[in-house]
Amino acid sequence: MPGKLKVKIVAGRHLPVMDRASDLTDAFVEVKFGNTTFKTDVYLKSLNPQWNSEWFKFEVDDEDLQDEPLQITVLDHDTYSANDAIGKVYIDIDPLLYSEAATVISGWFPIYDTIHGIRGEINVVVKVDLFNDLNRFRQSSCGVKFFCTTSIPKCYRAVIIHGFVEELVVNEDPEYQWIDRIRTPRASNEARQRLISLMSGELQRKIGLKVLEMRGNAVVGYLQCFDLEGESGLVVRAIGTACTLDKLSSPAAFLPACNSPSKEMKEIPFNEDPNPNTHSSGPSTPLKNQTYSFSPSKSYSRQSSSSDTDLSLTPKTGMGSGSAGKEGGPFKALLRQQTQSALEQREFPFFTLTAFPPGFLVHVGGVVSARSVKLLDRIHNPDEPETRDAWWAEIRQEIKSHAKALGCHAVVGYSESTSICEEVCILSASGTAAVLNPRFLQDGTVEGCLEQRLEENLPAGCGFCHIPYDELNMPFPAHLTYCYNCRKQKVPDVLFTTIDLPIDATVIGKGCLIQARLCRLKKKAQAEANATAISNLLPFMEYEVHTQLMNKLKLKGMNALFGLRIQITVGENMLMGLASATGVYLAALPMPGGIQIAGKTPNDGSYEQHISHMQKKINDTIAKNKELYEINPPDISEEIIGSPIPEPRQRSRLLRSQSESSDEVTELDLSHGKKDAFVLEIDDTDAMEDVHSLLTDVPPPSGFYSCNTEIMPGINNWTSEIQMFTSVRVIRLSSLNLTNQALNKNFNDLCENLLKSLYFKLRSMIPCCLCHVNFTVSLPEDELIQVTVTAVAITFDKNQALQTTKTHVEKSLQRASTDNEELLQFPLELCSDSLPSHPFPPAKEHLESASSNSGIPAAQRAVTVEKASPMGEGNFRNRSTPPCANTTVGVVKMTPLSFIPGAKITKYLGIINMFFIRETTSLREEGGVSGFLHAFIAEVFAMVRAHVAALGGNAVVSYIMKQCVFMENPNKNQAQCLINVSGDAVVFVRESELEVVSTQQPTTNCPPSCAGGEVTT
Amino acid sequence: MTSELDIFVGNTTLIDEDVYRLWLDGYSVSDAVALRVRSGILEQTGATAAVLQSDTMDHYRTFHMLERLLHAPPKLLHQLIFQIPPSRQALLIERYYAFDEAFVREVLGKKLSKGTKKDLDDISTKTGITLKSCRRQFDNFKRVFKVVEEMRGSLVDNIQQHFLLSDRLARDYAAIVFFANNRFETGKKKLQYLSFGDFAYCAELMIQNWTLGAVGETPPHPDSQVDDMDVDLDKEFLQDLKELKMLVADKDLLDLHKSLVCTALRGKLGVFSEMEANFKNLSRGLVNVAAKLTHNKDVRDLFVDLVEKFVEPCRSDHWPLSDVRLFLNQYSASVHSLDGFRHQALWDRYMGTLRGCLLRLYHD
Repeated sequence: MPGKLKVKIVAGRHLPVMDRASDLTDAFVEVKFGNTTFKTDVYLKSLNPQWNSEWFKFEVDDEDLQDEPLQITVLDHDTYSANDAIGKVYIDIDPLLYSEAATVISGWFPIYDTIHGIRGEINVVVKVDLFNDLNRFRQSSCGVKFFCTTSIPKCYRAVIIHGFVEELVVNEDPEYQWIDRIRTPRASNEARQRLISLMSGELQRKIGLKVLEMRGNAVVGYLQCFDLEGESGLVVRAIGTACTLDKLSSPAAFLPACNSPSKEMKEIPFNEDPNPNTHSSGPSTPLKNQTYSFSPSKSYSRQSSSSDTDLSLTPKTGMGSGSAGKEGGPFKALLRQQTQSALEQREFPFFTLTAFPPGFLVHVGGVVSARSVKLLDRIHNPDEPETRDAWWAEIRQEIKSHAKALGCHAVVGYSESTSICEEVCILSASGTAAVLNPRFLQDGTVEGCLEQRLEENLPAGCGFCHIPYDELNMPFPAHLTYCYNCRKQKVPDVLFTTIDLPIDATVIGKGCLIQARLCRLKKKAQAEANATAISNLLPFMEYEVHTQLMNKLKLKGMNALFGLRIQITVGENMLMGLASATGVYLAALPMPGGIQIAGKTPNDGSYEQHISHMQKKINDTIAKNKELYEINPPDISEEIIGSPIPEPRQRSRLLRSQSESSDEVTELDLSHGKKDAFVLEIDDTDAMEDVHSLLTDVPPPSGFYSCNTEIMPGINNWTSEIQMFTSVRVIRLSSLNLTNQALNKNFNDLCENLLKSLYFKLRSMIPCCLCHVNFTVSLPEDELIQVTVTAVAITFDKNQALQTTKTHVEKSLQRASTDNEELLQFPLELCSDSLPSHPFPPAKEHLESASSNSGIPAAQRAVTVEKASPMGEGNFRNRSTPPCANTTVGVVKMTPLSFIPGAKITKYLGIINMFFIRETTSLREEGGVSGFLHAFIAEVFAMVRAHVAALGGNAVVSYIMKQCVFMENPNKNQAQCLINVSGDAVVFVRESELEVVSTQQPTTNCPPSCAGGEVTT
Repeated sequence: MTSELDIFVGNTTLIDEDVYRLWLDGYSVSDAVALRVRSGILEQTGATAAVLQSDTMDHYRTFHMLERLLHAPPKLLHQLIFQIPPSRQALLIERYYAFDEAFVREVLGKKLSKGTKKDLDDISTKTGITLKSCRRQFDNFKRVFKVVEEMRGSLVDNIQQHFLLSDRLARDYAAIVFFANNRFETGKKKLQYLSFGDFAYCAELMIQNWTLGAVGETPPHPDSQVDDMDVDLDKEFLQDLKELKMLVADKDLLDLHKSLVCTALRGKLGVFSEMEANFKNLSRGLVNVAAKLTHNKDVRDLFVDLVEKFVEPCRSDHWPLSDVRLFLNQYSASVHSLDGFRHQALWDRYMGTLRGCLLRLYHD
């Protein structure tokens, strides 16, 4: 009996009136876990019952603990008829299963009913006693930590980043079972909520098992999604990156991994150790990592038919050294070998991370994506979800081969998505091909000196831009120049990626949100014909989306895209494409050329005039944008850089393919041939339209910036004011004579108006930046387009902005100087940055000394982190402050970012993953569709906050609304909505509070070595 | 292209003070949009009318959802659905319970019944306040009244505790409840010159001095415990006031009183002769008001009587306020020197409050 779950029902409040006669309620509570149910006494005639129950104890397997949610039902006792349900609370007890997270769940939970919404609150206390069982065949994976955050969580250090984990489970959707015809909507909704809760628990447990197999102790960048396939079933799938994390709690944690290899393994709960010697023997040869092999791919990925076959990543001879610079050559080759050996063992060298530890990312190749159109069929045997597994395996293979074509061994910023309409499903995967540093990919056995020398040869701020592929053997025509930063290696003219901007990247000016929007009409068709039609359309859509992105990027005067996310949505009679990314000007890349317009019909005076007018408008816009985003790169004469390599101009770094129920891979060459400047040909009204639409995008009002990445390049002085929001819009298209243009215009207007509304609503926060702007498009019905946006608005200090950008530039200059100098300058620099009256926190000093001891040349990067996302990895004592203990409800912050400005996350309490269904049969009475959905989303936020507060947290980071499926039937006065959200519950402490703490107890926080530093300040 | 659905939900609920004002004032969404356009917001922000429409709709929806909670403000503090900073919560509550001067003057002292509610149409037409806003204000009065009417303890404290209003607003509501409970007539034409502030000031003085709660101890009769401490006037006190009648009924006493006042004020009062001539009338007026307070009907007419019997005569003689103050001070104090008069404490309790009220009521 490995675990005992204890539950206590304390009280209720604000219960609804269930007895009209007395205007009161006779409430009692049922507590259910697995198949065991307990009941409290009936508390007669009260809307604020005080049950104060005994401890209900459930003795359960830890497997069940992981899978099952605790189900609490509040009912109204009725002597003569059946008891009426008031509502339910589902509590995921997973956070209680690993030691570092929450120890108790205690607090007020909203009582939720799928028909009536929130109906009062209930106070519950939950505890778990876990017993150790080391020698059992494990089905559970208690102890593996899960994080939605797509970077290494702030108070942890990555010892090893193992790689990709994935899993999916399928089931029949209760909504489509025969029994649904006779049961109430409430029963059906609850069955669905419960099933999905159960499936997510099972999925998480299975992923956890894989992580244990890989000897990891955590999953970072965990993304779980639901595919509501209707008749054919319900798929819950998840991907993530397995890691071995070490908590930064003591100074020892800063020591390099190879010095204490056994230490970081302590936490890892594995049962059988094939070669325990690896951990106790100190630094070993690079060869060692090959003996330290993972179990064959089959064991951690169920589908395998295609896995072990082709596409091994054996290095092409000369590939690595060919593109390497003079000095970097040999090391680079060595690095490549190591990386390959580390990655070769992985079936899919994918990483769901979008931000990385310093030095992890060596080169970035470009975006790789793959899509596939599938016809859904009923899942016959839920225990063998082979077809779904095979579909994804196929796509992943494609991604892998694309990455290989780009000379990359790995894919970072990897994500997967689906779009389903009736029986057609588009599966999409995308990521960024990259070359990684092996240091993090294996046990800390790489020789330290090698690492260091490698690091020295990697120029800071531009290294990742250097091409990973062989310039003589390029996968596609590309235009290469010598890097504008280090002048040593080759860079492409544009760079598209799905990751966040690396923190050490040198950026000029600010970034901005860039979107490409596109609609394509499609004939209504059935099954095969429909799938064929869709797959025929896809390449054209990809091409157009890409062209639009490129045009808009050039119009902004920028040369790189980060956080690129292309979403293709399928509807009954149309396809929608929406690409969002954050454009920036990378100092390492060449200045983008302008856009030239060429007419097709020459010798027409008025036409030419028109063309030249347009051209002028475009040039003006580019100039204006450069000013707006402060893009003024230093003028570098061609001579210094050297003449550009005579190479066909490259337009695209996007490799993609579509396949329709087959393995056929079609690769699309998105380059525009050999034109020297970017030329737009206006040969028909369509193209005219395109140019117009280019110019209709209005920049945000002054004081506003927006991006879809974690942080805005060029802004780093955030204040603590944040506002996370979700906005949903649905428009109905007039069905008469819809054309592609009209559709495009409608869609474009919808998105632009939505953004305008956001700017208007948040105007009181100016100067402010909308970060992590996440658009989702769905087509719920024939003529409906739904756009959902979640983002966070963060204010920043305008006055400080100038100052810090200046120091930022200084810093990038200083980065060029030698390490020693930098170390000396470093404290001074920090002092000048901080306000004069600001006491220098000794702990920061310590961080500095500790990390420089460790031989990780991350000192200057640590500062960049600290400033950009003000939460450096200083080793402050973990002081968990209880969330505001005043009489009113404690504030819980929510943000899609992985950090909270002006605060430090001291503890991760566990993953929040919630699924809700809300249905109404009185739509008009609830304020129509807007009233209904507004209330529901507010309720979802409330339930997330309540769960976080009950875990003892005061914020949710990396919050994401993964699904918001809204269906209405106004004629029947009905509507239904499904929402799935997730995030990481955390405890944060304001930096101002932290500083007080650290100055109060400098002796306890600071080892003797940095006492000197304290004196000097 | 029509917008089927358009919502914005923030983790912290956004409250636009200007839109809240428009909503409280009972404007429809389209009227509110028109008013906002007129305020020049489009020029300031570069927004379009469509954006404004969507924003206004959104705020109205939020306010509509919040209204249920605003009916019991402690619920707003403990609910989990809307995350609102405490300062904003206070603002929401304060503004929701704020009322228009013009409106409160119409219903002050009236019974807060369905009958009065039916008259809200007329009040709306008369005051130019939207019917919706009138209804909200009336319902607020009624809600507060219902909650605190039966409650013991300080009226202001009770209101503050149950409605979380600011001290000032709670005092205003105490006055409204007090007036509604005692049904003081405030609507007569000759009372039109008085503001709500004037009445509220008087109400506060009366609550402090003339109610059961004012005595500061448990009521003497056990069966009278059901009486509300602050809302009802101290019946015993009102009974006792009859004793004051001898001040005007006993001619010697009246003459002596007059001579004491006149001696003290000679040369200090600009309107001395008028005062001297009117002394007996004024004194009779003030004492008779006291003596009549045993009848509910006369309690209701308290303010009419005070204006008729004191304010108007003085005003017609153009007494400056400073002279009224000097006179009333001396008039009250001199009674202490009347040897034949034994009800000094009673007199002080009555006159102390009345003097304050009269000074407040004495203006144009």
